[in-house]
Amino acid sequence: MRNAWIICRKELGSYFVSPVAYLLLTMFGLIFGFFFWNALAYFVVEGMEMQMRGQTFPMNLNEDIIRPLLSNVGVVGLFFIPMITMRLFAEEKRTGTIELLATSPIRDLEIIVGKWLAAMVLYGCLLLFTALNFAFLFKYGNPDWKPLAVGYLGLLLQAGALLAIGTFISTLTKNQIIAGAATFGVCLLLWVLGWVSGYERATWARVLSYISVVTHFESFDRGVIDSKDAVFYVTVIFVGLFFTARSLESLRWRS
Amino acid sequence: MITVKELTKRYARTTAVDQISFEVAKGQIVGFLGPNGAGKTTTMRMLTCFLPPSAGTAKVAGFDVLDQPMEVKKRIGYLPETPPIYPEMETAEYLKFVGKLKGLKGQELQKRVDYVCDRCAVADVKKKLLGKLSKGYRQRVGLAQAIIHNPEVLILDEPTAGLDPKQINETRDLIKGLSGSHTIILSTHILPEVEQTCEQVIIINNGKLVATDSVRNLQARARGAESVLVEIAVRDGSLDLPVVQHKLEQVSGVSRVLCKQQVDSRAQFEVESEKGRLVRGDLARTVVQCGWDLNELRPAAMSLEEIFLKLTKNESAETEKTTTKESQP
Repeated sequence: MRNAWIICRKELGSYFVSPVAYLLLTMFGLIFGFFFWNALAYFVVEGMEMQMRGQTFPMNLNEDIIRPLLSNVGVVGLFFIPMITMRLFAEEKRTGTIELLATSPIRDLEIIVGKWLAAMVLYGCLLLFTALNFAFLFKYGNPDWKPLAVGYLGLLLQAGALLAIGTFISTLTKNQIIAGAATFGVCLLLWVLGWVSGYERATWARVLSYISVVTHFESFDRGVIDSKDAVFYVTVIFVGLFFTARSLESLRWRS
Repeated sequence: MITVKELTKRYARTTAVDQISFEVAKGQIVGFLGPNGAGKTTTMRMLTCFLPPSAGTAKVAGFDVLDQPMEVKKRIGYLPETPPIYPEMETAEYLKFVGKLKGLKGQELQKRVDYVCDRCAVADVKKKLLGKLSKGYRQRVGLAQAIIHNPEVLILDEPTAGLDPKQINETRDLIKGLSGSHTIILSTHILPEVEQTCEQVIIINNGKLVATDSVRNLQARARGAESVLVEIAVRDGSLDLPVVQHKLEQVSGVSRVLCKQQVDSRAQFEVESEKGRLVRGDLARTVVQCGWDLNELRPAAMSLEEIFLKLTKNESAETEKTTTKESQP
């Protein structure tokens, strides 16, 4: 796996030397910052109103701020994931550097895992921005850290699954735009599939909502590690990377 | 070092490489010659394990490209048509990355990076972004990348494409310098390059092997009969072409005389002789005895260019014939 690490380091270098990483981090920071401020302001106003009305409902930082925000991060992530994965293989195919990788004594799997890992690290950096905001909650309040940690684990697993799908799609084309657009479409579809469960209880609806990546995040968001959901994400990661490997192989037989 | 047997690559509709067989001995430089689209790149890609062959076998350093690709890849340095560089990386950083990919590490890695930088004359751009380098530098970085792990076999796809004449010479010298310790296959469609750098030539056209031989033998073979170029001038009066031609034909050993061009009282002839007969002395004597001026007398050696055209033309004419035959019911 030393080779995978070499590839991963190189990919991270590409992300952070070009403006890609900084652009993504800035945009994500701004968007999440707004979400955070919004949620916090609402929480504060609500709290004051309750006091004025003399109600003493227990207000909970975890329930009222962290939980909805984490679920928002997941959704915002859907928009950022295509931008992270679209260049992974499409760029190498366009510039011909894929020939260098393919003729070096490393396995396809090591290339794929290295690239996927780099994408994960970049996504992790995005999550760090959210941690910066949450740190204020810990400074001025007293939320429980355990549900937050589980939420992060869920987000990483969810992103891992989507990044694996994005990596696969990136092997299908030389054109980054096509790779990005297709990944975005798939990510969006995997999100909205879950909506059918809101009004339909038939088997097909349950299957559709099971495929949706977002429904599996709900348990993590509640602070519960449900093995069923964890297994789902891990399976998608493996299937995505497996298809990537097959796609790379078929590339050689076809091109 | 390299053994290729009936190597074939078929795509959905076309056959890019058709049953090519050849061998390359250790330490040789071999020129892979052919017009664009002949199948050079495809063959090289199969040798480097980038493409799997449809049929036939290729062995590099005794390892089959299909069965033991890892062993082959360890022993091969490959420079594709466009140097495989990442524009956002610095030269030294890039060479280090490639070195690591090929399995080098630690001090050894640093040493090799420094060595290939000097060897390929890219030491002065070590800290520059590859995307900002000129074409010549990129090509040399590509070459440096190919030799970083000191491979036994070097496969270079048009290593001098896009360079200026000075750089072309430098690159050729570099490649020549690398032979001996490395076995080199280089593809090109520039013929003088093969004449100057290579010991052996493999000519392919339309995916088929046309000829494989040493440069010298190839020249001799294609020449067939000796031919001599004679230019004759008549100082006073006009030149009577049939008379001159008749005189030349009478020289013993001459099989055919062709008038190539005539300007005023000067005429150029191409004289073909029977194989093994030296006719230049007799020709000169005859011309002088007749009272004409002998302006020029030189052997019309075929350049590799002509050989190449001749060989590839014959080949395509033959295939045309066979296809028309096949198309008839």
